[in-house]
Amino acid sequence: MAIAHIHKVHESRKSRNVGLGLVLGLFVVLVMGLTVVKLTAQNNALMPGVGPAQQGVTK
Amino acid sequence: MGWRHAKRKTAMTDATINFDDDREAGFGDYFALLKPRVMSLVVFTALAGLFVAPGQIHPFVGFFSILCIAIGGGASGALNMWYDADIDRVMKRTSKRPIPAGKVEAGEALAIGLTLSGFSVVMLGLASNWVAAGLLAFTIFFYAVVYTMWLKRSTPQNIVIGGAAGAFPPMIGWAAVTGDITLASTLMFMLTFMWTPPHFWALALFMNSDYDKAKVPMLTVTHGKRATRAHILVYTFALVMTAFALFLTPLAGWAYLVVAVVMNAAFLKGAWDIYRRDEVQAEADKYKVEKYVFKLSLAYLFLHFTALMVDKMLLGFGIGGPF
Repeated sequence: MAIAHIHKVHESRKSRNVGLGLVLGLFVVLVMGLTVVKLTAQNNALMPGVGPAQQGVTK
Repeated sequence: MGWRHAKRKTAMTDATINFDDDREAGFGDYFALLKPRVMSLVVFTALAGLFVAPGQIHPFVGFFSILCIAIGGGASGALNMWYDADIDRVMKRTSKRPIPAGKVEAGEALAIGLTLSGFSVVMLGLASNWVAAGLLAFTIFFYAVVYTMWLKRSTPQNIVIGGAAGAFPPMIGWAAVTGDITLASTLMFMLTFMWTPPHFWALALFMNSDYDKAKVPMLTVTHGKRATRAHILVYTFALVMTAFALFLTPLAGWAYLVVAVVMNAAFLKGAWDIYRRDEVQAEADKYKVEKYVFKLSLAYLFLHFTALMVDKMLLGFGIGGPF
């Protein structure tokens, strides 16, 4: 059942929920970015000048 | 979170529940636990350490490392607020913090502090290296346990030794790149370490703080303002020596030379002026000199670390270099 009356309490909780959601979303993006950077660096270190596709990484 | 602060004013049978609006915590209240203003200093000095360190770090890994250091610093702030909730309630300056204001429970601050501590240390270790992560863990321990739980309430030298916690970030930033601890990174630590006492005591002289009411043994309360003025001068001498000791390392170039000469002369003059004044003079001009030295101290640290970064940039263009 939908809430008929929006109280100030709901606004505070919404700010908490939205804030937490954004922080978690940002965390996912950051970890993904870090993974890409680390794997790219690792690949380059293993076979300098050779792209991932040439190192046996296939689709 | 926040449910336990809700005050039910009517019976359940009424089906109308009123909550105490002012006590419902928003996202900003939880963020305030991390002491954002302290975090900004942590971020800046850590960035300086990371920037001037020899070696390469991927910009994304560098950004991620700084973020972890900032979160670690924030976590120690939350642990500090958890432990100090009793004295924060007593002091006017801190009475509006989330816990004494009744918006966040002390237990919540403890949980957030511990979680973010573990999270920041592990993530920094995975992103950069475990030397940097170890230093961050030690920094959190030092601030939360050594300073907050032990020194703060037991000795007027609390701010001197406790200042070490705020001095570690440039060392952590350096270690994130190099994975080691060197003379250069130690001297950057020492610069912030020696800067903290005169910076804080200059503030304590003109801030009408109620540390005595909270029974926190601050130097201005235990030894009086005359002794505090003498302490500021002595620590400023030590600070000046530390600032010039950075010339022993390859970090300091022409930009640092200019900043070090100008700012240290100005700071030494300010500390001398504070020492020569008494309370009658200070109250007559509303602590004009003390307020000036406090503002100068903010510029002092900012310009020293900025100069180190400028010298590193100039070196990249083939200009300047170490002495």
